Amino acid sequence: MSSSPGADRASLNAGGVKMATDGLSIWYGSIQAIKNVTAGFASNRVTALIGPSGCGKSTFLRALNRMNEVLPGVHTAGRVLLDGEDVYAAGVDPVDIRRRVGMVFQRPNPFPFTIFDNVAYGPRRHGVVAKGELAGIVERSLKEAVLWEEVAGRLHTPAMNLSGGQQQRLCIARALAVRPEVLLMDEPASALDPVATGRVEDLIAELCKSYTIIIVTHNMQQAARVSTKTGFFLHGELVEYGPTDELFTRPKDPRTEAYITGRFG
Amino acid sequence: MAPISEGTAVRAAARGAAKRRRQALVFGLFGALVFCALAPLVIILIYLLAGGLPAISWEFLTRGPSNMMRSGGIFPALVGTFLLVLGSSLVAVPLGVAGGLYLSEFARPGPFTRLIRLAVLNLAGVPSVVYGLFGLSLFVVFLKMGVSVLAGSLTLGVMVLPIIISATEEAARNVPASHRHASLALGATKWTTVRHVVLPGAMPGILTGAILAVSRVAGETAPIMFTAAAFFLPRLPTSPLDPVMALPYHLYVLSTEVARADPRLRTGTALVLVTLVLLSNLLAIVLRARMRARQGGGGV
Repeated sequence: MSSSPGADRASLNAGGVKMATDGLSIWYGSIQAIKNVTAGFASNRVTALIGPSGCGKSTFLRALNRMNEVLPGVHTAGRVLLDGEDVYAAGVDPVDIRRRVGMVFQRPNPFPFTIFDNVAYGPRRHGVVAKGELAGIVERSLKEAVLWEEVAGRLHTPAMNLSGGQQQRLCIARALAVRPEVLLMDEPASALDPVATGRVEDLIAELCKSYTIIIVTHNMQQAARVSTKTGFFLHGELVEYGPTDELFTRPKDPRTEAYITGRFG
Repeated sequence: MAPISEGTAVRAAARGAAKRRRQALVFGLFGALVFCALAPLVIILIYLLAGGLPAISWEFLTRGPSNMMRSGGIFPALVGTFLLVLGSSLVAVPLGVAGGLYLSEFARPGPFTRLIRLAVLNLAGVPSVVYGLFGLSLFVVFLKMGVSVLAGSLTLGVMVLPIIISATEEAARNVPASHRHASLALGATKWTTVRHVVLPGAMPGILTGAILAVSRVAGETAPIMFTAAAFFLPRLPTSPLDPVMALPYHLYVLSTEVARADPRLRTGTALVLVTLVLLSNLLAIVLRARMRARQGGGGV
């Protein structure tokens, strides 16, 4: 675990490119899901990826921390750069990449352990055993995920007993506990009710002070609310990518305009 | 709401009564079928309790057989069965869990993996007397273990290996992929994910398989006849290479070889054997329930 807080580390380079893809293509067997996408993601900013279902945005996101490799039959070409270094280069261990690039999934997926053990899972796998240190990490992560107040008195009860919104914030806390540099979020609020969604969105706005965030969403209002830049995916192509307010008010591509005005999707 | 005429109401009531009669009939039928399924178990238990309970005493449980096995107790057989259960579990549980996890988590899908799975299924169907012969030729004769606790434990262990492999594989497959993905996305390796997420999640299922295996080990006669069991051995084994008495074989001997044996000895022995198996099943149910409670209800 790095001792310097993520905020210091990342803010040195706020607005600079933290992650980027260079000619990234992804195939499921013989079907090409992502076609030659080149894009950069700014440090300490929220970047939103939008597009209709099946456009490849989630596949693209999973390529950034090499989680596609977990699925059978996925083939990747091109480069993904983290601080300028290719995460797909020979000799790079995906385990190290996933530690630096955390992920929150569409459906809350807490482990069937206690709240404490869920958050402590990552640090424990990376060698933190001292009780005091673990307790400190758990408390800090739950506070960062704005869940601490709600669960402080029952850290040792099953995580499955939390509500859906609380479970998702727990999953965010669990991802933060390993101190990632980048946080990938795959439609993190799509399984939540409006109140819980609002809390997760507030949380995202807060977290981008310390982390670089890339969020996939099919909710355009959400993209407009939380992100500074937005990319529009269609049929595996990054059709348009630019500042969020421009993309939503003055889209350059007619396909983007058709999508954001609700003509399809 | 339109007012309902008297005639309609009467007809509706008649239809309701007919429905209720049909429902009562179907429920009664289900009840009868459940009774048919439970009746043999109840009858066996009543038979064993009626015939065996008078034989059960402190002496019966703590003394060896005496007077050419026409009286006395079953202590050596009780200890022997306990040792065989323990020994075969030590063999089968680690190997079976490892094999099941391999099949579910690591084996690449393909003809080779299918072959292994087929072999496991077939092994589960091999008659127990064949395991006995296998144990006799491999462990007793070829590996020179003699008729012993060790040879018997290995034979029984091999016999229940497929049960534990299948139970583990099935239980591991039921651990949601989202839990594996969550672990991997936190930078855990494949192995730590299996060790800390899949294995705990599969534990209740593994436990069920292990207890099934224990019940089988405790009850089987054929595999130990040639590999572990002594006809009559009033003293306890002092090394793993000693033979032992065992409850199912003792029951077999009492029923077939001992002339003019007290029938209460037989039913008493059977009662102890059945009680042991039922107790171990009960233990498994309690353990599993506690594990599930700790993992939390609801779920996603």
